[in-house]
Amino acid sequence: MAATFALSVVTPEREVLSTGAEMIILRGADGDLGVLARHIPLVTAIKPSVLVIKREEGEQRLALTGGFLEVRGDVVTVLARSAERPEEIDRQRAEEAKRRAEDRLQQHDSDVDLERAKGALQRALVRLQLLEQETHSAV
Amino acid sequence: MPQGLRDIRRRIRSVESTRKITQAMKMVAAAKLRRAQESAEAARPYAERIEDALRSVAADASASRMPLLRARPVKRVGYVVVTGDRGLSGPYNANVLRRMQQELQDGGEAVFFAVGRKGRDYLRRRGHEVAKEYIGIGDYPRYHQAQAIGEDIVAAFESGEVDEVRLVYAQFVTAMTQHPDVQVVLPLRPPEGKSARQYIYEPDADAVLETLVPHYLYALLYRALLEAKASEWGARMTAMDSATRNSEELIRGLVLRLNRLRQAAITNEIAEIVGGANALQ
Repeated sequence: MAATFALSVVTPEREVLSTGAEMIILRGADGDLGVLARHIPLVTAIKPSVLVIKREEGEQRLALTGGFLEVRGDVVTVLARSAERPEEIDRQRAEEAKRRAEDRLQQHDSDVDLERAKGALQRALVRLQLLEQETHSAV
Repeated sequence: MPQGLRDIRRRIRSVESTRKITQAMKMVAAAKLRRAQESAEAARPYAERIEDALRSVAADASASRMPLLRARPVKRVGYVVVTGDRGLSGPYNANVLRRMQQELQDGGEAVFFAVGRKGRDYLRRRGHEVAKEYIGIGDYPRYHQAQAIGEDIVAAFESGEVDEVRLVYAQFVTAMTQHPDVQVVLPLRPPEGKSARQYIYEPDADAVLETLVPHYLYALLYRALLEAKASEWGARMTAMDSATRNSEELIRGLVLRLNRLRQAAITNEIAEIVGGANALQ
């Protein structure tokens, strides 16, 4: 059995998950990042990405829409803007959001709108990506 | 039946139905207060962790370079005033607005970000400049609402429209007591203290600080919204409780008067009958 660490995933509104884990994978500011037990203390921003949590009893995936990762000792905290389980995601809404964001990116107006649209697109893509992965692993 | 009796009966019925309403509102307020407190409780882990993270990053990064942390001479102050959308909450809204009014006494230019219809209406009536308004926060504030307010005040601060932002809201003490408080939120003062851990930062401390600071601000505002909501429901519950009590007292008095009048009327009637009988003899 691999060494485990304490993982908690919290959003501003609630604690989503508090569990032991062997490894997590997510996308940090500098690219994809895996965290194992006894990782060096680290703080980084998280990009919208799928968080993969590996445990002895299996994998769990959450869609993160940005936030922060803090590793200290054997306590790992994911401070997420939002963290959704696959069953909490509304596929239709995500697809609409994706389309809307793409439309906006097409008509590039002011810089602020562009940034927003990019963020919205990324968030929608992550949600859809998670749904995609789940349906594959279920087969 | 004499006119007076009927009037009193009607009055009792009317006060009784008012009492029923205030009683029901009190129960609703109690339930919503509990929900608000639960939300505040649920929001605590995130708030604590982000504060922790900011504390250590601020100690390691060159915080003085962050625009949101840098103080400058204050010419114009932005006020975020958190009130409710509705009344019937006792002195809740008035207390917050009075606290704000105290702040304004030292003069200087002020611009307002009004959260809640009551505060907005008050500010408008007084001819203050309301830059933004946030109406319809609802009974259960959500984080994205706090974030929207945060983004607006950050934009105003960065563009130089305001040089400082103060937050006025009612801190929740107990259901009976709320404490109107003023807090400077921009320039932001990172939590003090040095963390014991040596973190590595990706990509580096300055970049992490830059993304962390706005989120800390949003969390701060979210917490204020939740507390203000709990305060509002607490104040409403207390107000409705005392309204219910007052109705009960009023009804007791009216019933007493009703019975007195009724007895007087009966006594009168008997006296008339006895008088009539005596006259026949």
